[in-house]
Amino acid sequence: MTAAIRVEGLRKAYGGVEALRGISFEVEEGEVFGLLGPNGAGKTTTVEILEGFRARDGGRVSVLGHDPARAPRALRERIGVVLQQSEPVSNLTVREFLRMFAGYYERPRDVDEVAELVGLGERRGARVRTLSGGQRRRLDLGVALVGDPDLLFLDEPTTGFDPEARRAAWETLRALRELGTTILLTTHYLEEAQRLADRVAVLRAGEIVRVGTPQELTLGDGRVEIRFLRRGLPVVLETDEPTRVLHELTGQALAEGVELEHLEVRRPTLEDVYLELVAETGEEGE
Amino acid sequence: MRLLLHQLSFEQRMFWRSREAAVFVFLFPLLLYALLASVYSEEIDGRPAADVLLAGLLGYGAANTAFAGLAVVLVSRRELGLLKRLRATPLPPALLAAALALSTLLVFCLQAAALLALGRLLFGAHAPANPLGFAGAVVLGTACFAALGVGAAALIRSAEGASAVVNVVLLPMAFLSGSFGPTRDLPEVLRALAEVLPLRYFLEIVDGVHLEGESLLARPGALAVLAAWALVGTAVAWRRFGWMPRER
Repeated sequence: MTAAIRVEGLRKAYGGVEALRGISFEVEEGEVFGLLGPNGAGKTTTVEILEGFRARDGGRVSVLGHDPARAPRALRERIGVVLQQSEPVSNLTVREFLRMFAGYYERPRDVDEVAELVGLGERRGARVRTLSGGQRRRLDLGVALVGDPDLLFLDEPTTGFDPEARRAAWETLRALRELGTTILLTTHYLEEAQRLADRVAVLRAGEIVRVGTPQELTLGDGRVEIRFLRRGLPVVLETDEPTRVLHELTGQALAEGVELEHLEVRRPTLEDVYLELVAETGEEGE
Repeated sequence: MRLLLHQLSFEQRMFWRSREAAVFVFLFPLLLYALLASVYSEEIDGRPAADVLLAGLLGYGAANTAFAGLAVVLVSRRELGLLKRLRATPLPPALLAAALALSTLLVFCLQAAALLALGRLLFGAHAPANPLGFAGAVVLGTACFAALGVGAAALIRSAEGASAVVNVVLLPMAFLSGSFGPTRDLPEVLRALAEVLPLRYFLEIVDGVHLEGESLLARPGALAVLAAWALVGTAVAWRRFGWMPRER
């Protein structure tokens, strides 16, 4: 497999404040890659540099073999972009709006097909202005898809969606992935990363603190949590050697003739890992 | 070329479907002409009032359509994220600019034709004394005020204030430059102020071609001032114009 996106030592500062402190990652062709992190971690900055909207201060970046800072037309021909919280407003109809954007590409998708794909088939003739917020977000996705991109950037595609709309959006993205589209997705929803992404990079304060499949992230260090109550007070032990620790604990308890109440042995969930990763320095902010 | 026509046709569709644009940009100068020509029915400076006011309102129309109209459209598109969206597509920025300029020119041509027809039918106004020069002035005015419109868009921060800001500039400029009638009786200070405004010089050229039958190039001084203002607009746009929304 070849890399659709290659990022090496990417840096960006806004007036002295370092938004990205030299991050590196690769996204393979056909992969859904999630950038996960709290607000202000640098997700949007990263995506906007890859999309060609922002200049970087340092590092090397290649998107489909091009340098996005030069944003050559050949590159823009092959990428689709969904902007954060973008809701198109226009007095054109849904169909006209898609047709306008389709006209910019050499080999666009059929606009009616795109309208169907994002669930706006019924509203093709409606003015964009009259769509609901959720429908406009879907139209925005449609605009990103109309050029039949090889690579799709989604910046927090479901922020502000209700659970039902979120599930519908996930279905659409899964369908796209089946078609072989490479997707770079940013999100601060853990569940979204877990459900959609093949691999996830956790970003915190401008640094990547972990990369891997959602499964690898939880397996990562093999730590296990053992919890129980001792004289009514909760005890939590973290260990890499659960067998030995448990053996000692239970042996001791048996010898003393006490019960290890509420005994629980569990592996950390992705949520535990994530919260721990992003909380480590407590550096966070909009 | 195909892409230019594609974008031009959508620009036109978006323009005429927008109530603000169609009414305020296109109809308002016609309405003002009808009102003013009804009030001044005699002569202004020895010329039929209908002819003098037609030239004045043509100048106001150029500034209204190209400067105010373009600035408002660009700011609102930028703040709604549409410009950023367009920037991510293969549409070359120069082509988008060309389509917008042509669309603006088309609207102003129709407006100029409507002004002439209105003057002829209701007020017995005369046809331009130099028709070719008149057509040239329409193009010239669009170019100069469009450059200033893009420059203004680069400086305006919010979509909500855009319309108010451009009209605070536009209406006094039109009044001081003589779009709505003679400025002879204005205080000295205001007349001095008018001496630096682009519309004052555009009107000098329009008066020349429309009333006197002069050549479009008969007033090199006025042309130079217009060119200077167009350069200022272009320079500001070049340095300050951005694709990204400013407010979020």
